[in-house]
Amino acid sequence: MLIDTYTFRDTIHRCFRCGYCKFPATWTDVNNCPPYARFRMESYSCGGRLWLTRAWLSEKLDWSEHIAEILYSCTMCRNCEIKCPLSFNINIVNMVVAARGEMIERGKVPPAVKRFLENIHVHGNPYGNARSKRGAWAEGTAIEQYKDQEYLFYVGCTGSYDTRASISSRTLGLLFGEAGISFGVLGNDENCDGNEVDKLGEAGLFEMLAEDNIERFNSLGIEKIVTLSPHAYNAMRDLYPRYGGKYMVLHYTQMLLKLIEEGKLDVSKGFDAQVTFHDPCFLGRWNGEYEAPRRLLRKVPHLRLTEMEKNRDSALCCGGGAGNFEIDLLGGSDSSPARRRVREAAETGAGVLAVACPKCLIMLEDAVKAEELEGTIAVKNISEIVAAACGLL
Amino acid sequence: MGDDEMKTIYQALVDIVDSEHVSNRPEELYIYSFDLGTAEPHPPNYVVAPRTTQQIQEIVRLANREKVPVVPLGGGLSLAGLAIPLKGGILIDLKRMDSILEVNEKSRYAVLECGVSQAQLTSYLSRHHPDLTHSEPGAPPTATIAGNVLIHGQGDLAQPYGFNSDQVNGLEIVLPTGEVCRFGSCALGVSWFTNHPLPDIGLFFGWCGTTGIVTKLSIRLYPARKIRGFGQFVVDDENLVPEIIGKITRTQMAEDIIAYSRAIPPFGMGLQHFTVNIGADSEKELEFKQELIWDDTLGEYITSGVGGYLGFTRGLERPQISKTSDYKKGGGFEYVGSIMPIEKYPECYRRGREISERHHIPYTVTGRCVGVGHSMMFAWTYAFNRADPRSIQHSRDALHETDDLVMELGGVIWKPGTYGQRIVRDRLDPNTRALMRRIKDALDPAGIMNPGNWEGL
Repeated sequence: MLIDTYTFRDTIHRCFRCGYCKFPATWTDVNNCPPYARFRMESYSCGGRLWLTRAWLSEKLDWSEHIAEILYSCTMCRNCEIKCPLSFNINIVNMVVAARGEMIERGKVPPAVKRFLENIHVHGNPYGNARSKRGAWAEGTAIEQYKDQEYLFYVGCTGSYDTRASISSRTLGLLFGEAGISFGVLGNDENCDGNEVDKLGEAGLFEMLAEDNIERFNSLGIEKIVTLSPHAYNAMRDLYPRYGGKYMVLHYTQMLLKLIEEGKLDVSKGFDAQVTFHDPCFLGRWNGEYEAPRRLLRKVPHLRLTEMEKNRDSALCCGGGAGNFEIDLLGGSDSSPARRRVREAAETGAGVLAVACPKCLIMLEDAVKAEELEGTIAVKNISEIVAAACGLL
Repeated sequence: MGDDEMKTIYQALVDIVDSEHVSNRPEELYIYSFDLGTAEPHPPNYVVAPRTTQQIQEIVRLANREKVPVVPLGGGLSLAGLAIPLKGGILIDLKRMDSILEVNEKSRYAVLECGVSQAQLTSYLSRHHPDLTHSEPGAPPTATIAGNVLIHGQGDLAQPYGFNSDQVNGLEIVLPTGEVCRFGSCALGVSWFTNHPLPDIGLFFGWCGTTGIVTKLSIRLYPARKIRGFGQFVVDDENLVPEIIGKITRTQMAEDIIAYSRAIPPFGMGLQHFTVNIGADSEKELEFKQELIWDDTLGEYITSGVGGYLGFTRGLERPQISKTSDYKKGGGFEYVGSIMPIEKYPECYRRGREISERHHIPYTVTGRCVGVGHSMMFAWTYAFNRADPRSIQHSRDALHETDDLVMELGGVIWKPGTYGQRIVRDRLDPNTRALMRRIKDALDPAGIMNPGNWEGL
């Protein structure tokens, strides 16, 4: 049986399905697990995924596209690991990743997942866009190709190809230039960071991407990396060291905070708005960085920071993690996590929903449109807020 | 049922709710075939998660027309297999009906949809009505208020206010024939503030979902004391437990009294621990209550050396975090609960420990005082390893032996599974049993409601 060789064969049965994993820290509702919030069927809860995984691996259930979709609908937000009180909680997400790995080994994944991985393999991005267009976002800017600068600004797939997210990339480049830091980008030579590939269970492809990136980084003598995306931050900070890639990795909010504190960015023009901040999963729950974005926002004059009830390690995921910003197994409903999240943001009375992740940016901006909240709340990457406060936008 | 018939029912369910909240796929049928305890799984034919009373009404009418069983599911945490579709049919997952409809601060009640969870209400009250609280059971936070009430659950205000089913002001129910009925003052079109003094209906509590589906309910709320905490006390003689409970309840100063004993950790084995919850609005009141309970009431045990005071901890963990399922690193536990006369505690402890030891399961027994010493809920817990069929069988055997023990000791099995239901049924007064049969036949002529439970009356 498949379970005999499954990495977590001695652990996966320990889930009782008590349901703690559905809640935020405030116990407000059972909607903090994105797939469960979307479908409200036990099969989509964290416990449901683990029980179904065990049933499939024990040959009590046949593989089906539906069971694969259930497993791939998990955004890896780690709310379950934070909330589960039992000692195996540190491996809940890994259990799902390992189950996905078992499916991949047998070529049994939903078509959208296959397409996502294939595009990354062939084109270096999940959208299937040409590698030769990856650096197009920086055309017309003063942003330089990386040579021997102090920092590599790693933009990532979404920041490179998505029209909306690339505004954040350019704005961030503008801010780095304004602060006078030495940085460069890889442009068309940049490759996917592989974070989503790892979380989708494609260990072989992730290894190829990590090794390819590490080789490029090392050949260029890169030591310091600042990322637009928390997903890339997670991959490079936490996963690449396993392959020998050891760098000083910063998320851009950490970098901007440093630049403001060092007096290299002048935010005195301020940003006159009530703002609420959405914690990205791969910055917050995955890497414990909850305060840098908040400290940064508090340094902007006239900006009034308001917390959503679900914040920090209780933040509801936007639903875009583990490739779901493109695979989209959670969209199409007012129960979709992104739509729930923008309603929560609007309830605070804030006029701006600040994000620190290009995937959250596009997920939540689409949700604002779907919820017809365009006149009520605007989604902005923190880089855009800081740029406005610096008088650059 | 033929394929065409099944397709027709599936499509009818989709038409009533929507395609995303109806399933006949193996994955949902598998997940909903299980209870979390030792009961054998039985799959439903369909799973549906409705959002409104009207949708439930239509589902029940469909089931009547098609003669298909209906199994209502709340949090699914009874552990007694009460929502396993023993005869297939339509499993209705009620958790999408999770709106808190009203909290009345002056008359101290809350009107809730049936899928509202314990944690959701606790959280809502603490944020919006911090002066009010409800009697929260020790179940996981996903347990629903309605489910707990319907099985005669007890919470952390059981000592002054009794069973949670004693704290109901009104119900809205979809009857097995599809009509929507209301009971309590709400039936008069006024607010949901009382269940009295209308004629006693009593048709829905303890019936394990065989007489209707509760869609809304009103429960009583109570003053949330500004300071809450628990004191701990221990004796090594189980025979002292009933008199100690009697003395503490006489003070009328405790919100909750629980006596327990367990094999793990080993240094506590054989000892009888008490947790006594105390609430107060001021330090002065707290000091007074503490002095009355620990010094004036239990001081004699402490000074004579037969008991020990282990201190007072401020703050209550609400909802409670339970790690019982992982005692054996096996993901499973089940317990037999009983409503017992308090004087039976010593024998419940001794006999339960024997059963546990016979089945190689570290023993855990717990008695929660209900009312001012009127009874206790006594539970014997058996952990098992979900990956080990022998371990599951040991627990199952121990549970059945314990069901028999409850009857032998003169208790009443709480939320009995099918085994327990059978032995309770067989001891019921024949006229009571006949009346129950008549009620069941009158309410559910097609016999569609959660069949397999309370059968053979």
